[in-house]
Amino acid sequence: MTTLTAPARTHTTPTATTVARPSRPRRTEGIYFAFLLPSLLLFTLCITVPAVIGIFFSFTNSIGFGEWEFVGFINYVAMFSDPAILQAYLFTFGFAAITVVLVNLLAFLLAVGLTSQIRLKTGLRTVFVIPMVISGIIIAYVFNFLFSNSLPLFGQASGIGWLSESILANPDLAWVAIVIVTAWQAIPGTLLIYIAGLLAIPGDVYEAADIDGAGKRQQLLRITLPLVAGYVVINVILGFKNFLNAYDVIVGLTNGGPGTATRSIAMTIVTGFTGGDYAYQMANATMFFVIVVVISVLQLRLTRGRNEI
Amino acid sequence: MTVQPALVVEGIDGELTLETNKARRVSRRGRVVGGERKNLPLTILLILCAVTVVVPLYVTLTTAFKTQSQAVDGNAFSLPAPFSLDGFVTAWNLTNFPAAFLVSVLITAATVGGTVVLGAFASYAIARNWDHKLFKWSFFYLLAAMFIPFPVLALPQIQLTGLAGLDNPVGVTLLHIMFQLSFSVLLFTAFLRSIPIELEESARIDGASTWQAFWKLIFPLLAPMSATVAIFAFLASWNDFMLPSLITSDPALQTLPVVQSIFQTQFSNNYNVSFASYLMAMAPAIIVYLFAQRWVMEGVTQGAVKG
Repeated sequence: MTTLTAPARTHTTPTATTVARPSRPRRTEGIYFAFLLPSLLLFTLCITVPAVIGIFFSFTNSIGFGEWEFVGFINYVAMFSDPAILQAYLFTFGFAAITVVLVNLLAFLLAVGLTSQIRLKTGLRTVFVIPMVISGIIIAYVFNFLFSNSLPLFGQASGIGWLSESILANPDLAWVAIVIVTAWQAIPGTLLIYIAGLLAIPGDVYEAADIDGAGKRQQLLRITLPLVAGYVVINVILGFKNFLNAYDVIVGLTNGGPGTATRSIAMTIVTGFTGGDYAYQMANATMFFVIVVVISVLQLRLTRGRNEI
Repeated sequence: MTVQPALVVEGIDGELTLETNKARRVSRRGRVVGGERKNLPLTILLILCAVTVVVPLYVTLTTAFKTQSQAVDGNAFSLPAPFSLDGFVTAWNLTNFPAAFLVSVLITAATVGGTVVLGAFASYAIARNWDHKLFKWSFFYLLAAMFIPFPVLALPQIQLTGLAGLDNPVGVTLLHIMFQLSFSVLLFTAFLRSIPIELEESARIDGASTWQAFWKLIFPLLAPMSATVAIFAFLASWNDFMLPSLITSDPALQTLPVVQSIFQTQFSNNYNVSFASYLMAMAPAIIVYLFAQRWVMEGVTQGAVKG
């Protein structure tokens, strides 16, 4: 862990590039500004300006066009008593929490397997990464077919009552399908990070454990797990943040249904575009943004802390 | 190597070379009894796990080549009999595949090119002028987009692209580039700082301008990073559904993932047609992956550990 991440810190400190030159800033060539300007300009227009406008309108009663006036924090206050919003937040956070646990558990076990002495190592790795490169909406459509056609047929044949109808049409079970497909797609990325983490553990640690008589399981729990703890933190936070944005897979599987049982935060925000409550959903988006920033800051704190160990 | 991403990459590379380098493998995992013995039960277990990955792809592939009557018979796992290309022909016409494919290709190509070039430009300026406040702060400013997911900005972006006449593939491309820029600036900047400045200064002494130094010396050196950045820009742009579906207002200019929604509302029982269509949409990404998997695998690790 230490040897792996330590260089990053020295590279992010300004001294790395400035030691060789005098401390007085030299005149910057004009061409460097020309190199930087297109990015800064486009970024400001495409990201910053929309963000500022969005936050601004969250304090108004705009419906997306026409006249509007300031309403203060009314939109924000209203959100807290809106069952549709509360349900979306509850669903999204619950879904993200369950998915992140499932994904990390499976990805870690697979990574341990894929770094062991096995046959077909390269081929297996190639296969396990494929889900990452497939469009979420399209694979959701494929699973939609399996969940609503193949699985019920299996349920009927084997006499399992709750399986004999599409779980996508069941308000209590539709989320399970969303978790499965999201996990199917998210495991490869998580898996690759764990593989990198496992390969960074020096082999002699295990040799020492062997000499001390530690069993395979003990080695996994006492050596492997603590040594990849930093990667667990990265994977859990990155995954959780990604799953909070859930949209494509849900649209492809349930489109938020049955009813609004599986509607994610992203899906409620987007309704502001057609539903006439632009300002209100902008408040929702701003709220969501604040939550994501808090999680990101937490991520930086935790990963930075890890690096210094 | 001096940069941290490279260190991580060495992990994966190292592992790949382990396949051929027996001596090193034994020393690395000397704990394994017998050194060279492969764990067969574990291999079988992993193959069984891999089946869960393969099943949806297998169903897609076989259903696409079925006739319509066989596709609706309920057995998703049977092989196509007779083998039929009807699904592809119908899907080609229904989704207007050539148009959607062209739009997807143009958006993706422009996103990949734009992300690599703009990212390399900005990172070069930033890395060479780190002692200048504007450049230093630009770095953090451009990085901030990593913390802003698209759903947060979706509404104002839909509104603004509409007002600016960019509610079309051009707007989609611009936004795709901007959402990829953070990742590319992060990777490029880290890599550029590891390139010794002396290398560039010797080129300067030979009379090269900054512009020439960038194109003749720096940009070629960035190639491995560019490959990673490009492959991720490709995957993100090619597979995206949410952004184009919301930004592009003209259905005739939609991308491949977005046009698939036609099978949810109409023709919903023509599974051979819809699956042929899904297959045509996902195949390019899978093919690119098979040829460029090294960069895909490295990119994930670099992105995560850096970001």
